[in-house]
Amino acid sequence: MIIDLARFVQAGRPHWESLEQMLTRLENDPQQQMPVAESIRFHSLYQRAAADLARMEPFASDSDLRTYLENLVSRAYGEMQERTSRGRFRPWHWLAVTLPVAFRRRVTAFQLAVLLTLAGCAFGALAVSMDKEAKAVVLPFSHLQGTPAERVSQEESGRSKDLEGKKGNFAAQLMQNNIRVSITAMALGMTYGIGTIIVLFYNGVVLGAVAYDYISSGFSTFLFAWLLPHGATEIPAILLGGQAGLLIAHALIGWGSRDNRRERMRAVAPDIVTIISGAALLLVWAGIVESFFSQYHAPVLPYSVKIGFGMLELILLTLYLAFAGRGQE
Amino acid sequence: MTTYEGSILTIQTPEGVTFRLPLASPVTRMLACCLDLLISGGIAAMITQFLAPLAPISKDYYAAITALIYFAVNLLYSMVTEIVWRGQTPGKRILKLRVVDSQGLRLDASQLIIRNLLRPADMLPVFYLLGGMVSIYQRFGQRLGDIAAGTVVIRVLDHKQPSLENVFGAKFNSLAEHGHLAARLRQKVTPHLASLTLEALLRRDTLEPQARLELFGELAGYFKSQVPFPSEAVEQLADEQYVRNVAEILFRS
Repeated sequence: MIIDLARFVQAGRPHWESLEQMLTRLENDPQQQMPVAESIRFHSLYQRAAADLARMEPFASDSDLRTYLENLVSRAYGEMQERTSRGRFRPWHWLAVTLPVAFRRRVTAFQLAVLLTLAGCAFGALAVSMDKEAKAVVLPFSHLQGTPAERVSQEESGRSKDLEGKKGNFAAQLMQNNIRVSITAMALGMTYGIGTIIVLFYNGVVLGAVAYDYISSGFSTFLFAWLLPHGATEIPAILLGGQAGLLIAHALIGWGSRDNRRERMRAVAPDIVTIISGAALLLVWAGIVESFFSQYHAPVLPYSVKIGFGMLELILLTLYLAFAGRGQE
Repeated sequence: MTTYEGSILTIQTPEGVTFRLPLASPVTRMLACCLDLLISGGIAAMITQFLAPLAPISKDYYAAITALIYFAVNLLYSMVTEIVWRGQTPGKRILKLRVVDSQGLRLDASQLIIRNLLRPADMLPVFYLLGGMVSIYQRFGQRLGDIAAGTVVIRVLDHKQPSLENVFGAKFNSLAEHGHLAARLRQKVTPHLASLTLEALLRRDTLEPQARLELFGELAGYFKSQVPFPSEAVEQLADEQYVRNVAEILFRS
């Protein structure tokens, strides 16, 4: 049927303009709550525009009128079909409830990240224990290439003074680097998890090699005092990045799910964002601690204080992730 | 339901209404990305310039703040602008691109955050090589971040209100004087041909003069062969005016 186009436009224009005005208002203020009466009117205007678009179906594809109606309908459809609530972001609620709850909901991925890192640790320790020359390959940091005894002696004789006047910049570099590592561990989940597994395993290899080197040389106290203050948050943060990456990989592969890939990704996306944001927060803290606290050694700062501080951080973090937000999920 | 044809993503709503979204090409997206790199670099440089008076107080902390500002702007620029401008960065805005949900739904902030956080994977091994390759071979032109977030980048078309005044003026229509012939014409012309005729009239100013003459000559010839009007009604009517009169009969019943 050929429609009377002039009459069609004349009759539709007031409704289209009303819908456009409502859409512009909604788009300019996404948080606004529409009253019921207005919602009903919005729905009715959407249906009218959709019906008008359907009547334009036989027309050539690029007419201004069709483009105009398609634009209106697609925008209105998006607003109508919204699936998530539009509650305002509440930082305290996010920290006290959303983050720990998201972590626990996806804890299996975290446990797998821990296992992969531990496997890397075992490999790194084994490699250095069986072949001393492996240290040069496994540890990419020049300050770890010497013997632990030399390092401890240097640190205790006041190397930390080298950082005087540079601590702020050092902390900034550490934060950037570690956040980048965590985000990369997460992003590589798109390689069906292979990249994430490699990052986690490799981090474990470095950690295991360093730990074996110092413990086997009898410097375990120095090792814990050096690593624990910042490692208590830095290592879990990188594991959280790995957890997010493994969640992406799981959603991509889709084991045990009947949903399509898009649905799976959409279901897991908010938790991934929450977890990686939590990791970034932890890494800001870790950068500050590593720069301003970890670089001081005995006799300036007793090892017991450093180890106690690191243990306290670890316990608090564990309690937070395990118990915060329970009952409010 | 979403389908893909050429560079158009077609979305069919549960009510059966279909609308189409024209997808952005990888080259345009790359240009938008370059623009955004320039703009974000400029923003970071401006902020650090603004903070420059702090440098004499502590060079260390000034260097730290500068490094963190560059890092934060680089990380957050696209996320924040896309959330605030509903799928557009300044670069995308300039080049008329927009990120939308691949099923036409409303964009969640989490989708925009994910598509931007996954840039490190897209950037492998250098400057978006992996993401670019994936988007070329992916049917919706999605990079890895888009696949994960369920988003596509579309071209934003100008959507001005339709105006028919230029086509159907207030001119006398000699064909309309012959009611029975006009009714026969409406009966014989298919909706598809009617829409083509209207399109030709709407776009006539964009046609080359010669092509315009030929097109309206062909259309007028066809309509004349379908329903001949008396000679007094068509004499001195140019082909284009003839087609315009036919369209008026078809669309202004």
